[in-house]
Amino acid sequence: MKNKTWLYWLFFLALFTAPFYLTEFRLSLLGKFLCFAIIAVGISLIWGYTGILSLGHGVYFGLGAYCMAMYLKLEDSRGHLPDFMEWSGVEKLPWFWKPFENPLFAIFSAIIIPVLLAAFLSYFTFKNRIKGVYFSLLSQAVVVVFVTLFIGKQEWTGGTNGLTNFSTVFGFSLSSPLTQIVIYLLTVLLLCFIFIFSRWLTRSRFGRVLIAIRDSENRVRFLGFNTTTYKVFVYSLSAAFAGLAGVMFVLQVGLISPAMMGIIPSIEMVLWVAVGGRNSLIGAIIGAIATNSAKSFFSENYPDIWLLFLGGLFISIVMFLPNGLAGLYESFVQRKGRRERRKNEAGSHVSRSVS
Amino acid sequence: MKPVLMCREVLVDFAGFKALQGVNFEVYPNEVRFLIGPNGAGKTTLLDVICGKTRACGGKVIFFSHDITKLQEYKIVKLGISRKFQSPAIFHQLTVWENMELSLKQNRGLFAVLRAKMSTEDREKIVTLLKRIHLLDYAYQKAGALSHGQKQWLEIGMQLIQEPRLLLLDEPIAGMSGAEREKTGELIHEIALDCAVLIVEHDMDFVRRFSKQVTVMHEGKVLCEGTMEEIQQNEKVAEVYLGREEKAC
Repeated sequence: MKNKTWLYWLFFLALFTAPFYLTEFRLSLLGKFLCFAIIAVGISLIWGYTGILSLGHGVYFGLGAYCMAMYLKLEDSRGHLPDFMEWSGVEKLPWFWKPFENPLFAIFSAIIIPVLLAAFLSYFTFKNRIKGVYFSLLSQAVVVVFVTLFIGKQEWTGGTNGLTNFSTVFGFSLSSPLTQIVIYLLTVLLLCFIFIFSRWLTRSRFGRVLIAIRDSENRVRFLGFNTTTYKVFVYSLSAAFAGLAGVMFVLQVGLISPAMMGIIPSIEMVLWVAVGGRNSLIGAIIGAIATNSAKSFFSENYPDIWLLFLGGLFISIVMFLPNGLAGLYESFVQRKGRRERRKNEAGSHVSRSVS
Repeated sequence: MKPVLMCREVLVDFAGFKALQGVNFEVYPNEVRFLIGPNGAGKTTLLDVICGKTRACGGKVIFFSHDITKLQEYKIVKLGISRKFQSPAIFHQLTVWENMELSLKQNRGLFAVLRAKMSTEDREKIVTLLKRIHLLDYAYQKAGALSHGQKQWLEIGMQLIQEPRLLLLDEPIAGMSGAEREKTGELIHEIALDCAVLIVEHDMDFVRRFSKQVTVMHEGKVLCEGTMEEIQQNEKVAEVYLGREEKAC
């Protein structure tokens, strides 16, 4: 166990020092992947630990991103109407846009709005004991509703184009490399914090309740736990992570559109976690980074057939590594341990026969 | 003596199939009560109603002075009723120790559990209980790796550590070897020193050997009650149950 913690520190150290050895372009890509990794930690908590498969985390990510983007858009417009509203013939800033002039309000709502939506949705589904496939389908339906809504209300949300063309955050230029490095480091810090927090959660008695719910929810209920509370809490927590990831994403990518919170991104999020190993938090992080790196590597080098590569990767991982990369590592360690034990035993046999 | 549990005219209707048709029935303190009856008599359904898994559509279930007919499962557990299921329901991915830890009598609210720490007292309690169910040597093994009989014991242990006032056991000895059965029977009588036990069992030898009071159910009703000898001499029972079984043998 001890040398594993050491590996974690090394991993985060490598992330923190990335600005020294990566080009600006690569760093911005990595920063984006780290946002995805934050979502992946949340999905690992609900799917890997609690057994709730949500195919709708794009919505929470998108809501968080839109909240931040609204602030950035208003700061960019400097008191005028945002450009897309003028094009749609809106004359006055809608009332719900007003408070987003305040960055703290924007960040606060980027967390609280996804949490409220998630809590509302999960409370009613889990209370009525809807689970498994039905819950997954329901979460997809929510995605469709929100994407349709965001595209339809073009004068409020920018429609299919989404929100883009930001210039500054807190008065600092978003295009300056230094600002980007600071935002990157903040993302790493956030990921590190979320990872440590989630790790603490999963190793506490609370974490064992989550695993117990996954194994046999009925049994947990008949031990006197109100499982609805636990599931709503962990689901909302993962929505909060996704919302935060959305904030950091918009700051680094400078764009959020309905296509980024749609059904395909939502399913991709689950795939990252499947690739990394859903039962492992660090696995989920590595899965998100590895999958997205592979995606950009294949698309840069084999632009014609990169989707085939990616599809092949997913199929082979799901078929041959049901516990993902983290599962591969675990079984490697176990095999090594077994071999060493066998060697020791053999050694003791030899020494016994010699003596 | 006041009964621990009282069922009054309990009705259960599964979309037209009347699984329980007015069950009247009591369990008294420190009693080991066996519930027998042919398949489909409604024994397991009755346990389900008591612990809140199935809702009764008529009648009342009174536990001490609480009406628990419409309570949610976790609240019923809080009052002191715990249930062991027919096929062992334990957490396979957790160790034996962790299974026990979750079952401890504790504040099971979200924030209490987030801050929960194992006290020495709790630790000792778990060790004592694990010794009693012969699982101390397996404490750090995944529960999924235990044998079937050990899983049954683990689940019984998980109920005991909650210090219930009424323990519901659904076929506790299914899949156990002869020696394990014997131990389980003794364990059940030890348990009854502290709480009332209600057992559904199919194995007649086991019932004969360990029962004092037996209730026979048939087609969703209580047919008769008494000691095993009385019941064996009851003609109605022989007709619906024992007779048929003997013929089948």
